[in-house]
Amino acid sequence: MLEFQLDARRGGFHLQVECRFASAWTVIFGPSGAGKSTLLRLLAGLDRGRADEPVHGRVALNGHELTNTSRHLWVNPGMRRSGMVAQQSALFPHLSAAANVAYGLQDANGHQDVYGRREWTRAQRAQRVDEMLELVGATELVQRRPAEISGGQAQRIALARALAPGPKLLLLDEPFSALDGAASDALLDRLQAWTSANGVQTILATHDVSDALATSAEVLLLREGRQVALGPAAEVLAQERERLLGRLGSN
Amino acid sequence: MDWQAFALTLRLASITTILLLAMAVPLAALLVLGRARWLAAVEALATLPLVLPPTVLGFFLLVLLGPHTAIGRAITKLFGHPLAFSFDGLVIGSVIYSLPFAVQPLVAGFAAVPEALVDAGRLLGASPARIVITLLVPLARRSLITAAVLSFLHTVGEFGVVLMLGGDIPGATRTLSIVLYNQVENFDYGAADRTAAILVGLSLVALAAIYSKGHARGGSRA
Repeated sequence: MLEFQLDARRGGFHLQVECRFASAWTVIFGPSGAGKSTLLRLLAGLDRGRADEPVHGRVALNGHELTNTSRHLWVNPGMRRSGMVAQQSALFPHLSAAANVAYGLQDANGHQDVYGRREWTRAQRAQRVDEMLELVGATELVQRRPAEISGGQAQRIALARALAPGPKLLLLDEPFSALDGAASDALLDRLQAWTSANGVQTILATHDVSDALATSAEVLLLREGRQVALGPAAEVLAQERERLLGRLGSN
Repeated sequence: MDWQAFALTLRLASITTILLLAMAVPLAALLVLGRARWLAAVEALATLPLVLPPTVLGFFLLVLLGPHTAIGRAITKLFGHPLAFSFDGLVIGSVIYSLPFAVQPLVAGFAAVPEALVDAGRLLGASPARIVITLLVPLARRSLITAAVLSFLHTVGEFGVVLMLGGDIPGATRTLSIVLYNQVENFDYGAADRTAAILVGLSLVALAAIYSKGHARGGSRA
């Protein structure tokens, strides 16, 4: 279960949200500029705010606080056990697909480190990379560099890279924008099966209604940095549809 | 041709370059990745030798490393001899004098690495040191080469700091640029020509090496 209450300013933009996600798969839905990416970055701990643009609030995953500004608590992104896939894949251009996927697998003796992250032996690492590439349907890309693969393939590799270390929280920011509908749906299905089997709290940010409906879970509707609705996908999206149609009618 | 001075100059420039890179890589990474406000002051300080007259810098170091300051006495104890008018002192002076030439290209190179890549590394649990070694340095390879070559050449060509801090001791602090100065002072223009030609040649070869590397990759910046 993920709970957060956040108040952040970025230039003229003001994000204010307070939510509790009960289900393991939640969609953040909203037009571009609604604050989806900002919210995901805050959840990941990537943005800490600055003196002139402070961040206030609290983030807790399964009862563990990751951020609590009133207690000056801010867990380092690398220790949150959260994975993120952004729209622009952000693969390391100088590394092969396999090396990208292996990057987050701590190199050690197969024990857990103090943060509960698993450490991997060489053989375990290689096996994990193979598993992940298979999961995302990219086994043929092992030795390819990011410059040699398509945008959709890059998104698959980026997903494999985020999943490999075994995150507890998975943050997806329009992750399949470069894949066509059928490929995106198939990957989404496999991903959902994997995250529920591994107990991963997943948040998918999208402005695509079909993505929001396809995963048919909880939807948080964001608009201009404010949360407009939170509830079952069908309900929230139907309301939004009414509103948009209403606006169309009044024009 | 003063081969002793030639060898000394190359030795000074090589040691200085290695020390500079070892210092400038973490410093530049801190300046690019760090969030603290006092880093602006650090960057200003690291750039200061660029605008300071070399004779001023040399004079400050001469006083600082001499026997009249606590630092100077401590360093004298540590090294077993005073650093002013010694090769070790010259290395310290050269490192400070060329610091901006190593730091600036690295700051530019590191800053050009997309933030999304650094964020991805952080989320995957990489420590700041690992991010520098596995992401920033390989992705800013060319800046690293530029920093190394500029540091090297700037040290080969330095004169003011060497004269102030090192004096003119054969085999210890007499570099090629001091030799050139002496030759001109003695109206030995033939020898001065040859020394100057060596200095120019050294610079040209090193610079050509940087630029040819850029063109080999279709002029793309890496």
